[in-house]
Amino acid sequence: MLAKRIIPCLDVKNGRNVRGVRFSADRDAGDPVELASRYDREGADELVFYDITASSDGRTIVMDLVRQVSEQVFIPLTVGGGIRTFEDVRTILKSGADKVSINSAHVHTPEIINQSAESFGSQCIVGAIDALRRPEVEGKQPAWEIYINGGRTATGIDALEWVEELVDRGAGELVLNSIDADGTRQGYDLELNREVAQRVQVPIVASGGAGTMEHIREVLTTGEASAALAASIFHFQQHSIPEVKDYLAQTGVVVRL
Amino acid sequence: MIAIIDYGMGNLRSVEKAFQFLGFTARIIDNPAETINASHLVLPGDAAFGDAMRNLNNGGWVECIEQGIKSSKPFLGICVGLQLMFEESEEMGTHKGLGLLPGKCTRFPAGERIPQIGWNQIDIQKKTPLLEGIPTGSFFYFVHSYYVMTENTDERIATTNYGLNYTSVAGRDKLHGVQFHPEKSQDCGLRILKNFAQMS
Repeated sequence: MLAKRIIPCLDVKNGRNVRGVRFSADRDAGDPVELASRYDREGADELVFYDITASSDGRTIVMDLVRQVSEQVFIPLTVGGGIRTFEDVRTILKSGADKVSINSAHVHTPEIINQSAESFGSQCIVGAIDALRRPEVEGKQPAWEIYINGGRTATGIDALEWVEELVDRGAGELVLNSIDADGTRQGYDLELNREVAQRVQVPIVASGGAGTMEHIREVLTTGEASAALAASIFHFQQHSIPEVKDYLAQTGVVVRL
Repeated sequence: MIAIIDYGMGNLRSVEKAFQFLGFTARIIDNPAETINASHLVLPGDAAFGDAMRNLNNGGWVECIEQGIKSSKPFLGICVGLQLMFEESEEMGTHKGLGLLPGKCTRFPAGERIPQIGWNQIDIQKKTPLLEGIPTGSFFYFVHSYYVMTENTDERIATTNYGLNYTSVAGRDKLHGVQFHPEKSQDCGLRILKNFAQMS
């Protein structure tokens, strides 16, 4: 059976530091290559590198990082953060990434999804959105709005409509980052994931809000997500990847052990 | 030298790096004439079947691949590379494949998420040196929307279930194809690449 995926996300800042490294006093702390290798050994199903500087210098260093990691880590690698142009997509894939996660750029220039999917295949084009829940209106379905620029700028775009557009244009997978849940450690936005999962056929990766192992289980079952992205739950050593996977397996979720 | 065929389709570096990590000499070749010097041939592929087959034809690869197989060089198709080994695909129209093995490539039926992305298990049907040391039930990384089912059961080396059972490892003699990405499947994937590289 196809396993549900657990994906640690490494936030890379200025190409050097990893925010929220698991062992802050560990000698390996801050070395993203070492952290990536450790997650690989622990059974991560994929790795995501998120370039939170997204300057051209930062980009070069993230690509070096991917190049180094891909010499020794043989699981899929995704790079996201600040991708603006088709050229960015090409350069990142050339550096050894298996997938590119495109966020704000698809709101400004949706054609970037078509062009990238046509050139490199949908399998490596991930459509990522940052979504904020709209105030509830009685008698109406729940709704979310897309935000860009790291969640700072509202777009007025309805998230549930936009995800269908992204898939039509060729995104092979979607990452749903809930702005409401992000950083709260109170659990993923289950409703957002389920609503999107029921509208599109491609796999959904849930992001934002993981605080406990139960949260991960919930989003992979009730939330209908195919994969769970998490950062701080692993970085702060609250739980290790094997611990999370054992818990999921014991509660009946298919994972790769 | 293990030759990785570069016909303009997909991320070949990771396949090359995996062989090099294992200590084998592997090279990406973009000229069909270079297949003569190769001991092993690898046909990767991430793109649409029709585009891939057109590039193989226009690039002059088909004859060199057939020649390599005739001279009994170990051959490994990966992902779309496996699909291309069959007679035909219905991906965006009907396209003829290399026809090395009988069978067709079909889209997954509705019901499961498409593409299938992630780690799935193989159910080994037949012993082969390619799967030496790989227990049945091992997980591999898959990304695909179309699948093949071999017509000949003795060419069905392993199957995988995704809504239905399909062929995830196919082949005979020194000719093999895997639907998953061994270069992205950690230790089990590396073991398969090692087994392949050690075939002679």
